[in-house]
Amino acid sequence: MAEEEVKLHGAWGSPFSKRVEFALKLKGIHYHYIEEEVLTKNKSPELLKYNPVHKKIPVLLHKGRPIAESQVILEYIDETWKGYPILPQEPYERATARFWARFIDEKCWPSVWSSFSEGKKEEAIENLKLLEKELEGKKFFGGEKIGFVDIVANFIAYWVPLIEEATGKQLLGEEFPALCRWKDEYVSSAVIKEHLPSRDKLVAHFRARFPSN
Amino acid sequence: MTKVVVLLDFWLSPFGMRVRVALAEKGVEYEYREEDLGNKSQLLLQMNPVHKKIPVLIHNGKPICESLVIVQYIDETWKNKAPLLPSDPYQRAEARFWGDYIDKQIYSCGRRLWTTKGEEQEAAKKELIECFKVLEEHLGDRTYFGGDNLGFVDVALIPFYSWFYAFETCGNFKMEEWCPKIVSWAKTCMQRESVSKSLVDPLKVCHDFVLPRRKTLGLD
Repeated sequence: MAEEEVKLHGAWGSPFSKRVEFALKLKGIHYHYIEEEVLTKNKSPELLKYNPVHKKIPVLLHKGRPIAESQVILEYIDETWKGYPILPQEPYERATARFWARFIDEKCWPSVWSSFSEGKKEEAIENLKLLEKELEGKKFFGGEKIGFVDIVANFIAYWVPLIEEATGKQLLGEEFPALCRWKDEYVSSAVIKEHLPSRDKLVAHFRARFPSN
Repeated sequence: MTKVVVLLDFWLSPFGMRVRVALAEKGVEYEYREEDLGNKSQLLLQMNPVHKKIPVLIHNGKPICESLVIVQYIDETWKNKAPLLPSDPYQRAEARFWGDYIDKQIYSCGRRLWTTKGEEQEAAKKELIECFKVLEEHLGDRTYFGGDNLGFVDVALIPFYSWFYAFETCGNFKMEEWCPKIVSWAKTCMQRESVSKSLVDPLKVCHDFVLPRRKTLGLD
């Protein structure tokens, strides 16, 4: 069965997992989804077999072969299935997209997380300012349509506002007009809005996860 | 800037060496510019305002930053010679996965090994050896990680061979005892001119940089 050809081991609330789902949906690929209990650390034997190095979701299985690490999976999806282009075609634009995707995962993600868990906002603000500058004058990081960097930045668009709501701490303020406009466009765009995780569930999760004011 | 391709680099940076190997494999002529990391050039700050780090490849005036991003750019731009990434998407994904693994594990473990002492150093050494053992298992019986030819993962990992002697000296161990296949793989890579001309002398890394730095840090 075509559906069984593509399987995704993911977690409902994980932005990394959702990145892969968004990409599959944008390409119109049918897949079988397996929920992993990452919070209870009760990982399935399949997950441990398919990602023995990191033991993490997401893991995509295509024709029985596993691919791990969300950005690697996104590139695999883009190269395997034609249709909606996730990365640009031109080498310099591809390099630019990969650069910003790395920046988001290596710098933005940890600093944003620290700003909520430890109250250290400075680094997060600096990193977001760099993203803001990159986004200026564009509808999406990918230009007119959602692309690789937009998908990787998904946690800023949807998860960060929910952490703000849960903790009462603001990060995406008035000094980020481009990012604020972008996040609204992103979460209301056709394919993305139908596949976002439950707002209420996430807010409840973040209320428990982060210390309140 | 008269040359079309310029590389801003620092002699012993494993990240810089990756780019040198990739350019050499492709036979690309370029201008090498050594940066003084204690006094970074205006050009570097202008070309990499986000990280202010080397390596930076400047091609026709446009900068590309982050070593594995640069290596992929080189592979896609000069595509008619020495392909570094395979053509099959699954093998490409595997190569990118291991490139990411090397980025996340090898550099930070190695750095902890040479910048600490005592228990912290011992823990870093164990972790570094463990990471190389994982890579060794992935290499299997192949000549290169890329199969019959040097590939993306080989380019990502081989520069650390310049640092083996420094790791061994600081950690008091021999890589050959723990990861003989990795050492043998590295020696095979070194037989290629693109690698031997791009990597720096391991003795220089240790004696001219690491040991003096350890003294300055009060570790020895």
